[in-house]
Amino acid sequence: MSPEQFAGKQAGELITPAENTWCPGCGNFAIQHMMKSAVAELSEEEGIPLENFVLLGGIGCHGKLVDYLTINSFYGIHGRSIPAATGMRLANPDLKIICHVGDGDIYAEGLDHLIFAAKRNSDITVIVHDNRVYGLTTGQYTPTSPFGFRGRSTPGGITEHPLNPLEVMLAAGATHIARGYTKKIRHLKDLFKEAIMHRGFSFIDVLQICATYFNLTDYYNIHAYEMQESDVETGRFESALGKIREWDYDRDAPIALGTFYSVEKPIYEEKFQALTAGKPDRRALVRKVIEEWR
Amino acid sequence: MTRLITMSEYSVLIGGKAGEGINTAGLSIAGLFSRLGYRIYMYFDYPSLIRGGHNFAIIRASEKKVGAHRTPVDVLLAFDQKSIENHRERVHDGTTVIYDASQTVQAEGYGLPLDRIIKEEKAPPITGNSAMLGALARVAGIDRAIYEDVLRATVPAKHLPANLRVAGRGYDAVVDVFTVEPLDHPTLPVLTGNEVTGLGLVYGGLESYVAYPMTPTSNLLHFLAGHAEDLSIKVLHPENEISVILMALGLAYAGEKAAVGTSGGGFCLMTEGLSLAGMSEIPVTIVMGQRPGPSTGMPTYTAQSDLHFVLNAGQGEFPRFVVAPGDLEEAYTWSATALMLSWKYQVPAIILTDKTLAEGAYSYDIGAVPPPPDREPVLWDGVGEYRRYARGEGGVSPLAFPGREGAVVKVSSYAHDEGGLTTERAEGVRGLQEKMLQKGESLKAELATYPTVKVYGPYDAGTTIVCWGSEKWACIEAAERFGARVVQPLVLAPFPVRHWKEAMIGAGRVVCVENNATGQLARLLRQQGFDPGRPVLKYDGRPFAVDELAARLGEVLT
Repeated sequence: MSPEQFAGKQAGELITPAENTWCPGCGNFAIQHMMKSAVAELSEEEGIPLENFVLLGGIGCHGKLVDYLTINSFYGIHGRSIPAATGMRLANPDLKIICHVGDGDIYAEGLDHLIFAAKRNSDITVIVHDNRVYGLTTGQYTPTSPFGFRGRSTPGGITEHPLNPLEVMLAAGATHIARGYTKKIRHLKDLFKEAIMHRGFSFIDVLQICATYFNLTDYYNIHAYEMQESDVETGRFESALGKIREWDYDRDAPIALGTFYSVEKPIYEEKFQALTAGKPDRRALVRKVIEEWR
Repeated sequence: MTRLITMSEYSVLIGGKAGEGINTAGLSIAGLFSRLGYRIYMYFDYPSLIRGGHNFAIIRASEKKVGAHRTPVDVLLAFDQKSIENHRERVHDGTTVIYDASQTVQAEGYGLPLDRIIKEEKAPPITGNSAMLGALARVAGIDRAIYEDVLRATVPAKHLPANLRVAGRGYDAVVDVFTVEPLDHPTLPVLTGNEVTGLGLVYGGLESYVAYPMTPTSNLLHFLAGHAEDLSIKVLHPENEISVILMALGLAYAGEKAAVGTSGGGFCLMTEGLSLAGMSEIPVTIVMGQRPGPSTGMPTYTAQSDLHFVLNAGQGEFPRFVVAPGDLEEAYTWSATALMLSWKYQVPAIILTDKTLAEGAYSYDIGAVPPPPDREPVLWDGVGEYRRYARGEGGVSPLAFPGREGAVVKVSSYAHDEGGLTTERAEGVRGLQEKMLQKGESLKAELATYPTVKVYGPYDAGTTIVCWGSEKWACIEAAERFGARVVQPLVLAPFPVRHWKEAMIGAGRVVCVENNATGQLARLLRQQGFDPGRPVLKYDGRPFAVDELAARLGEVLT
């Protein structure tokens, strides 16, 4: 049995009995299945036990993903997955911790956590289901909706321009930055695997189709392209910045897919690891500290 | 002003500008009396600024245990004019005043030319505190060796010689006024509520402490961060209180016992995470140090105005444990207990302190503290399929952590089934709600064997003073003047109804003393169907002095 077949079989067993309630045509299916395959393949290829993976979900259509996979999960609250993920990584360095978050979830409600996790190079993976609209609350604009977007809370069209989340992440200190697209699923899976295996903070903005409220399939199919190795020097900040600025989520431009930036830096959680190593008798340590006061 | 006094207790006030090290100087004075076998309580009063203003500490030393200050002082040590002007009501015929004469302080008493002393001894200005310490020792008839020992224990080696010289100049500049007799008691360490709360948490199993700085619990963060290696714990300071509580929940989900610390404003930000802890059944312990609100209020002062906030914070209905310790011994035992119970029942535990207890310093007699109970979380036995919310005994589901072979650990903020998957089925969510509440009942049943309500004083008094938290010791002392009983509920949720009834048998006239404007404990008692009696409230940001409380009690009792 080849590894691929084995992984495929294993992946098939990762589906829970929970009823899937995404709309037909939703980009979340692609993310779910590629995540499932990425985890199964990494488990097989890298020897990472399945029980060492943890998925986190925020609140929004994206979050349902964690209910659909038989993988450890923390289905948390809107915008707050990232600090919980850092806590898990602090507690157990063997865990592979993957945050599934939405664009409203993490670019609006929880942007502070996203920026700080990048700044401290927390060893977690953040995958943004960026459909550029609020789905579960039925169609309002998000921080990546383009100028003029007419949502239910902004029927006259928004007068603000979107964030370029990749540029924000680069400025904040993220050590691995990529963009995927839910219609390019094999590419997406490879991006997932690469990000999960990155040592440090890894970030993927996934352009995700919202079939109901903001279907950009045709637009993305025309503008998106997979980067070649020669398109960007992923170890150079300036090169990554230039490529990231090629498209600003607003005006028409080619939309590059792939890894923009990937460097190694010290990991936040590592310096804390030694503090709680072993099984110290803390009660004896408490007594010692009190004794020293006398 | 020389006089012979024999008394079993002394009060010393030291005052000056912020940045002059008044808190540290106060602790040195505490060390002086501690070495003579006295029990200490120190109240530290400071405005919310870094330089200037007026800071003061009142150090009360007594033969018996004390936990509150008195208004009159026996010695006033003044670095500036405000330290004289602001405290005139504390000075009486027997008060010895020592002041910094070089700051053109207008006062009667002993003027120390601190500028000149410091210049002649080529010492840094901060050593002025040591001159005051030396002078205090002299007027109190305390041997030179005692204050030198205090300085050796507190001043870094390279600054010690200068401090010893300056202290000696202070000692020589004044005369014997009275004599503090050494007591045949051991020297006890003088610790703050924050420090002891931290140690109690670690005793209870704490592995990680997460906090964003906020008075009055910042010093708990500093203390644990400074002792992270000594105590083998992680101490984390993330970007805000929302991150703080979520990080703690992430740590706990992955198997590490975590606590957080904050005050009212930070706790506001934590409430969504608190509700998540309730629903997902992830243990977390929260140290909530109260200060006066609403909003920013008076950041460095004290209040007991967040009782109903912590009892009710967070959307939805879920059980929680709330305890309000009243002194160091209770802070230690109940911090450890709170963390253990939080893990045993997978509920949030809140340790409700305030600025008075958190930043106040007290003699700590670890030998007198009964060891907290040992309580372990219920862990999965590894048999069969793991379901995170399986209906276990008393509503408690056995725990497994990610990384455990054979277990898929799914926690959720949504209403969920036993496996942790979202459900909105009527019977499923009803069962889930009942399971959560059942844990509260189990917790309540366990607490029936704990001293959740404390009683002090005579049972046949006919008068009962009810209080909670840091007002405990002011009440115990003030009650003695009326021969009254004091009843202090330690656990506030789940409310210990039976213990309360027992404690209040034959209560007679009841007075409820609180550091808030609306009588929050009284409101809780009424909710539970009890008469809280007449309120005696103080809401100016300061704790009751014993004599002040006695006067207020006199108004309602006589």
